[in-house]
Amino acid sequence: MTTLLRAIVVALAFFGAARALAIDTERAFDDPALQSRYEALNRELRCLVCQNQTIADSNATLAQDLRREVREQIGAGRSDEEIRRFMIDRYGDFVLYRPRMTATTFLLWAAPVLLLVAGVFALVRVVRRRAAEADIDPAGPEAGQS
Amino acid sequence: MWKYIVPFGLFVALGAFLFVGLYRDPRYVPSPLIGKPAPEFSLPSLQDASYPVSSKDLVGQPWVLNVWGTWCGGCRAEHDVLLTIARQNVVPLIGLNWKDDNAAAQRWLGELGNPYAAVAEDNVGKAAIDWGVYGAPETFLIGPDGIVLYKHIAPMTLEVWNTEFLPRIQTARTAGGGRS
Repeated sequence: MTTLLRAIVVALAFFGAARALAIDTERAFDDPALQSRYEALNRELRCLVCQNQTIADSNATLAQDLRREVREQIGAGRSDEEIRRFMIDRYGDFVLYRPRMTATTFLLWAAPVLLLVAGVFALVRVVRRRAAEADIDPAGPEAGQS
Repeated sequence: MWKYIVPFGLFVALGAFLFVGLYRDPRYVPSPLIGKPAPEFSLPSLQDASYPVSSKDLVGQPWVLNVWGTWCGGCRAEHDVLLTIARQNVVPLIGLNWKDDNAAAQRWLGELGNPYAAVAEDNVGKAAIDWGVYGAPETFLIGPDGIVLYKHIAPMTLEVWNTEFLPRIQTARTAGGGRS
């Protein structure tokens, strides 16, 4: 039990550390609404040098430059959609952590639904067949009890 | 029978995708700029800040933009190739010195030789963002009409130059009727 508790404490400590290690500590905007838009956009944009990090997580020079770009464009009154468009025009769809629905990404988005449907279909078939087998052969000591 | 064939077929298909994926470079991000007008820039020249290097001055001929910095190891690796390419004198080779120290960049060109017809200094990194640059060295080929024809990410090699750049330069010249 104590080992489990200790493991939980350690895990929580790491979790806390990860949260505390925000790269971009300086506030970009005094207006909390603008600041939250800025942070949300940074968490959506990929740092292309360090591909598995967002520009909010990375301290690479390119991430700093892209954060500055986001800050300047929000300051200039551009909408989130315009800023996303700006990034896609330059870096392609890959810059977005949440890929948009296009002909090429359709399968990516549809896959979970398709797999779920296929899974349900297979499940229904297996269950039906088992039920049919059970009807034919109700053997076993507990078969009659309910 | 199908109970075995279908899962096995799916397994083989998945395996084939993963196998192909093994040999693809995840760092290669295709540029959305190919086939689109090249982003314009006008930046101070590395050697003389009062002299601007502008993309407008290059319209009417194919040209090559090479993004580099003294902090970039791959740039050193490709430098001899760039010198060889420059000696061929096929197209103007324009350098984009990306987020670099001016003195260090000038020293680099002095020591290793200067393959560039002109070097634009982008220490803010704005032009690099416009060009979708994410890792130096990157090399772009721009047609006489200002359309981006090709982008090579990674150090330039003579093989890439001969197979990807030279043929495209030839076609651009004959099709675009640019100066030769």
